[in-house]
Amino acid sequence: MSEKACQVLIIGGGPAGMSAARAALAGGAQVVLLEAGDALGGQFWRHLPESRKGGEEQVLHHKWRHFNTVQRELRDDPGCEVVLGAHVWAIERPDGGQAPAVHVMVGPPDGADREPRTYLPQSIIFATGGQERTLPFPGWDLPGVYTAGAAQALAKGERVAVGQRVLVAGAGPFLLPVVTSLIRTGATVIGVAEASGWKRLAKGWLSRPWELAATRSKAGELGGYLREMVHHRVPYRAGTTVIAAHGEESVESVTLARLDADWKPVPGTQRRVEVDAVCVSHGFVPRTELALTVGCTVDAHGFVVVDDQQRTSVENVFCAGELTGIGGVDLALAEGEIAGATAAGTQPRASVVKARNVFRAFAERLQTAHGIRPGWQTWPEPGTTLCRCEDVTVGEVREVAAATQARGLRSLKLTTRAGLGPCQGRTCGRNTEEILSSCGLLDPGRTARRPIAIPVRLGELAATTSSQREETP
Amino acid sequence: MAERGRVIVIGAGIIGAAIARSLVRGGSDVVVLDRGPSAGGTSSSGEGNLLVSDKGPGSELELMQRSLELWREIGPQLRDELPSGFPGLELEYKGGLVVATTEQGAQGLREFAAQQRTAGVLAEEVGEEQVRQLEPDLTRNYTSAVYYPQDAQVQPVIATESLLASARSGGAQVHQGVEVLGAVTSGSRITGVRTSNGDFLGDAVVVAAGPWSGQLAAKLGASLPVKPRRGTVMVTTRMPQRIQHKVYDADYVGAVGSGAADLQVSSVVESTAAGTVLIGSSRERRGFDDRIEARVLAALAAKALLLFPFLSDVAVMRAYGGFRPFMPDHLPVIGADPRVPGLWHATGHEGAGIGLSLATAEILTRELLETPGENPFRVDRPSLQPYLEEAA
Repeated sequence: MSEKACQVLIIGGGPAGMSAARAALAGGAQVVLLEAGDALGGQFWRHLPESRKGGEEQVLHHKWRHFNTVQRELRDDPGCEVVLGAHVWAIERPDGGQAPAVHVMVGPPDGADREPRTYLPQSIIFATGGQERTLPFPGWDLPGVYTAGAAQALAKGERVAVGQRVLVAGAGPFLLPVVTSLIRTGATVIGVAEASGWKRLAKGWLSRPWELAATRSKAGELGGYLREMVHHRVPYRAGTTVIAAHGEESVESVTLARLDADWKPVPGTQRRVEVDAVCVSHGFVPRTELALTVGCTVDAHGFVVVDDQQRTSVENVFCAGELTGIGGVDLALAEGEIAGATAAGTQPRASVVKARNVFRAFAERLQTAHGIRPGWQTWPEPGTTLCRCEDVTVGEVREVAAATQARGLRSLKLTTRAGLGPCQGRTCGRNTEEILSSCGLLDPGRTARRPIAIPVRLGELAATTSSQREETP
Repeated sequence: MAERGRVIVIGAGIIGAAIARSLVRGGSDVVVLDRGPSAGGTSSSGEGNLLVSDKGPGSELELMQRSLELWREIGPQLRDELPSGFPGLELEYKGGLVVATTEQGAQGLREFAAQQRTAGVLAEEVGEEQVRQLEPDLTRNYTSAVYYPQDAQVQPVIATESLLASARSGGAQVHQGVEVLGAVTSGSRITGVRTSNGDFLGDAVVVAAGPWSGQLAAKLGASLPVKPRRGTVMVTTRMPQRIQHKVYDADYVGAVGSGAADLQVSSVVESTAAGTVLIGSSRERRGFDDRIEARVLAALAAKALLLFPFLSDVAVMRAYGGFRPFMPDHLPVIGADPRVPGLWHATGHEGAGIGLSLATAEILTRELLETPGENPFRVDRPSLQPYLEEAA
């Protein structure tokens, strides 16, 4: 295993990480940018591989030109090393005020010869992004029920539509670009169901309208999606969601219901709609395992707490993008730039600090208008799957929790097996915690802790003991 | 010293849970307090070992042998007592196989097994063909193998919660999230504890807080030289079971018996009922430092592959660490503290607390509710004296 020193190490090659790398380079730092995938861009700028380039990336992607510019700059700058296929599997909080040591396997995940590396950076920027949160409802594990992100990835990365009669359901503005992508890949979107009602949407989006003026580009982006929806006559229903999916082999229909302010279904409002695919997205959760392992403080919602310079509670550790709050690409770009500049020892531009503050307010509106409400816990039936990896139902978890009266997530995970499978609670962790919250949990947030950040083969691990040490300045 | 009245047990791990159940059945009124959640410390950080294979002749082995009898008796009782939705104990009498990979190790293993046999342990040196039958995927590069059919395994968290639930159904109160701050005393006698949730009064206070027992005992007016000894376990993804027994390299026995503070790694490899493989074990004394380190994981992996080369392509999906309650004379402390009337201890089981819990509870209950007898684990035993003075 080689040990490499570097000035600024950035983990995550999406908008926040790329922006951080660019700013750190501009500040004169030597930068290493680690990206697990085989291309930069992250989930936002997911695109066809270079080898089979599509002609319409700029149509499918917002700010595509900006992406290309930054990508080129990073590639051409001798001070920047971009490492693709870089999987961070462990990170260690060292003694004293140094930045953490970062252990990486470089190469395709299933490849036989991944190269183990350890980076010893002076500063580290986490830009590991977020992932969708899908709430469980009866039938949510049927084939044909997709996360909106998966549908979006198929559309953007493979140009494949998930179905012909598609319903999009969940919460938040992310549903809109999914609709657009689906339409452009040839699907018929029969409707969008937004769980939050008009009253809450208005509270989030229509209060203090003068503030929104500053986020014109954002409004413009959303406006574009809306225009396209109207053009294709896609009905948009607020205060409505999918509370069940039905089908034998795959989804054939869904039950839609009106929701009250807490997202509890209103009795008597249920109706069946035929579909051949459903895309659901109820929100996002930050991918905080690395930040948690090194000891960064998180808030009650699980987001990493940062100061005005994007510094976390751990010395020389910064966070940017969805890790600090779900705010979309503009916020991620601004936070990345501030983190990168500060990590390089320079002052971030005043205009970008202002932009970050504006888009942070936008993120708060998002939470007000679309944040997940506890009424979802009434959607699942006892037999509804909660943890897909270990095949644990909502009913089993509730029953075991009642029987043991345990108030610790560690105990409850080990007695119910929820969250113990290969995804290690990435999909079900937050849902499980909310289902169990009535137990009076003493260690909330625990399901996000993963000292081994991704699975590593034992042979690879063992090989790291024998290899040589190589120091590069 | 019959104190059949009210007993306060501090610690909702397996030792506290076993004691609570046992005292309740003996007629006591029991209150269990834990500053955290139940099964939140050492009890949820190990493999769930019920082992005779790592113990030489002596009082700890005898405690384990008694415990194994009690697990056979109480395991089925728990199943009958608890509601049907309660998860099963995963109590498996799977047997252990200790494997030496060097000539020197083989010699040591044979001698150790011979001593164990004199103390009633079933320890059978097995030849190549039988090894192949017991563990078809074991390395061929071993020098000696001894089979221990009495070794068993239990899911430690379910065991803890089961014992607690049983105690509750017998009338015990269990308070999680209640921190003990100090003693309530009457003269020199302890008559209760002050907590973050008010005072709890009792006729006896039992400290069963594992590696944190030293801190707790100090708050209650008595020193106890129990120290945390760190361990790390890795868990693989689920796979079809290819490891049938608990399999250790012969170094394990030496590491368990050693008191060294620096990192020691020896292999313990076994499958769980869920289909994962557990890989331990490391031992290191470095306080309550809870970081999981890549160098420890790498050393664990390298050792495990010596026993089972096929594991090379198997992925580890999580790792967890914990703290064993380490005693300088390698014996648990079970009994009354002669320095503070009313104060009792049940801790210091190092990595064997899951296995030893039931017999520990039996001794403590007998001493507390009946007549104290011959007890090699008493606080004032000669081997502990120098350390007690040092800790004070």
